[in-house]
Amino acid sequence: MSRHPGLINKTEFPQPDNFSWTEENLRKIDKIIDKYPKKRIQSAVIPILDLAQKQNGGWLSQKAIEKVAKTLSMSIIRVMEVATFYSMFNLEPVGKNFVQICRTTPCWLRGSDKLTKIAKKFTKCELGQLSEDKLFTIVEVECLGACCNAPMVQINNDYYEDLNENILLKILEDLKNNKDVKSGSQIGRINSKPLKQC
Amino acid sequence: MLKAENKIFSNLYGEKDWRLKGAMARGTWNNTKELLLKGKDFILEEVKKSGLRGRGGAGFPTGLKLSFMPKNIEHKPHYLVVNADESEPGTCKDREILRNDPHLLIEGCLLSSFAISAKACYIYIRGEYYNESSNLQQAINEAYENGLIGKNACKSGWDFDLYLHRGAGAYICGEETALLESLEGKKGQPRLKPPFPAAVGLYGCPTTVNNVETIAVIPTIIRRGSSWFADIGRPKNTGTKIFCISGHVNSPCNVEEEMGIPLKELIEKHAGGVRGGWENLLAVIPGGASVPLIPKSICDNVLMDFDSLQEVQSGLGTAAVIVMDKSTDIIEAISRLSHFYMHESCGQCTPCREGTGWLYRMMTKMIKGDLLSPEVDKLLSVTKQVEGHTICALGDAAAWPIQGLLRHFREDVEKRIIEHNKIKEVA
Repeated sequence: MSRHPGLINKTEFPQPDNFSWTEENLRKIDKIIDKYPKKRIQSAVIPILDLAQKQNGGWLSQKAIEKVAKTLSMSIIRVMEVATFYSMFNLEPVGKNFVQICRTTPCWLRGSDKLTKIAKKFTKCELGQLSEDKLFTIVEVECLGACCNAPMVQINNDYYEDLNENILLKILEDLKNNKDVKSGSQIGRINSKPLKQC
Repeated sequence: MLKAENKIFSNLYGEKDWRLKGAMARGTWNNTKELLLKGKDFILEEVKKSGLRGRGGAGFPTGLKLSFMPKNIEHKPHYLVVNADESEPGTCKDREILRNDPHLLIEGCLLSSFAISAKACYIYIRGEYYNESSNLQQAINEAYENGLIGKNACKSGWDFDLYLHRGAGAYICGEETALLESLEGKKGQPRLKPPFPAAVGLYGCPTTVNNVETIAVIPTIIRRGSSWFADIGRPKNTGTKIFCISGHVNSPCNVEEEMGIPLKELIEKHAGGVRGGWENLLAVIPGGASVPLIPKSICDNVLMDFDSLQEVQSGLGTAAVIVMDKSTDIIEAISRLSHFYMHESCGQCTPCREGTGWLYRMMTKMIKGDLLSPEVDKLLSVTKQVEGHTICALGDAAAWPIQGLLRHFREDVEKRIIEHNKIKEVA
């Protein structure tokens, strides 16, 4: 089974000593909490953990989780439960480009295995491992819900669809060289419209 | 084939403007005030008469579900929660609504919330849909700025707030009570039912949870009339439906079609046919990962709706058609799904937590044929012990694909076991 940074409970790597909210994020937190009834601000835990993860460079440190607990007046264990339950929260550092390759049947039928192979070769890393240059972490994930554009990967926030090995390799190279990459379908399709109009 | 004028999702592919201006040009938000002024009972009655069945997988009659809510607000507020946690493998229809026609959904939220006396609605969108949630949030902001929702929504006198909530990657949160737990800021573990959400839902208040597509078709039903919707499709399986066709077809796509369209026609007309021709078809999973597969012999004639697929021991589910041609290792295809369920089991009920892992390990052995023949029966019996013995339907969903495999491809499984054992003996 692949090792996913969201699915570990270890804290053996160096943990930062502290975490404090940026001014901008403090304003965002107020806005998020406003969405829920006053006595129910615990509802904001997922969006606020997400904010903390973003501020912390893509992963949640122990201190960040404690900070979220304090912000929402929750006990740390309740926040920890949430942080370990949901696969989008990473509990160890990940690369600048967090590449999630969909491995479920619809993508597998169209060759997702080859994508994993080429991505591992390119980064010289195992799944879930941070590359030496800290630019990449490659993981396999379950269905990302873009099955009509399979095979696909998610890199940070964006979906890259209708891939093959060469296209993915080109995307990874461009990301490594800090070039702009275009998200969405890579073969000129309009979203999930059929290629030829029937 | 569905006539163009009967399509509800006219911007399914995002070729036109998804913002308010574009949506209004397509007729969304047209006279919404008058629809609201016709009253709650009118809306409920129209949804009931249209025969609309939930588009999230189970196919429960939507009108009936909405009518389970208490008639009037008593001590507690009512909520509508929209399930946009689309994660069923094969399914990518709600994504297109969320990013390409968000105002259809927002108008649907207003009308349905009004019908069940809910002053607030939460849309729970899967966290991975970052760009989709960004479009939807912008559309919500536009609707607020133009007085379509918020205080005195559409000048109807009804106050209505709509909030977007992003999840963080958990298939189980598509189960309605797990979704409510998650929305309350907890692990997404399903609740025991009863009490049902219509009595005790979000924050302990009466709540209805509906799929994105279900809510998004409601405004068009009310506007064009329930009989228009009921005339499309077949009795008890009415209306239009977005089908997601993926896998071994020449042109995978999402397409809105009439309910009850023959599977063969759907694949050949819209998805460019099976790779290598219809004769090259092996099997189809017709409704997303959770429903049993059907082999080509059934695919030849089956109709795509709830009742027809149930007759062949499968289901319409989310109408996610996963096509597999003869080059597919069908055992590995199903074992991938077993891996999915193992990964996504929330861990609350023992039969599912332990069962999904065991099933996956057996399926991995089965790919190589490294099983004994009686173990196949044991596998089947374990799927029956998981099925129906868990709080939610994830246990059933993990069991069904394997049962479908053994129902239709038992011979291939046995053949592989014999071959493997022959090789073992030689070695």
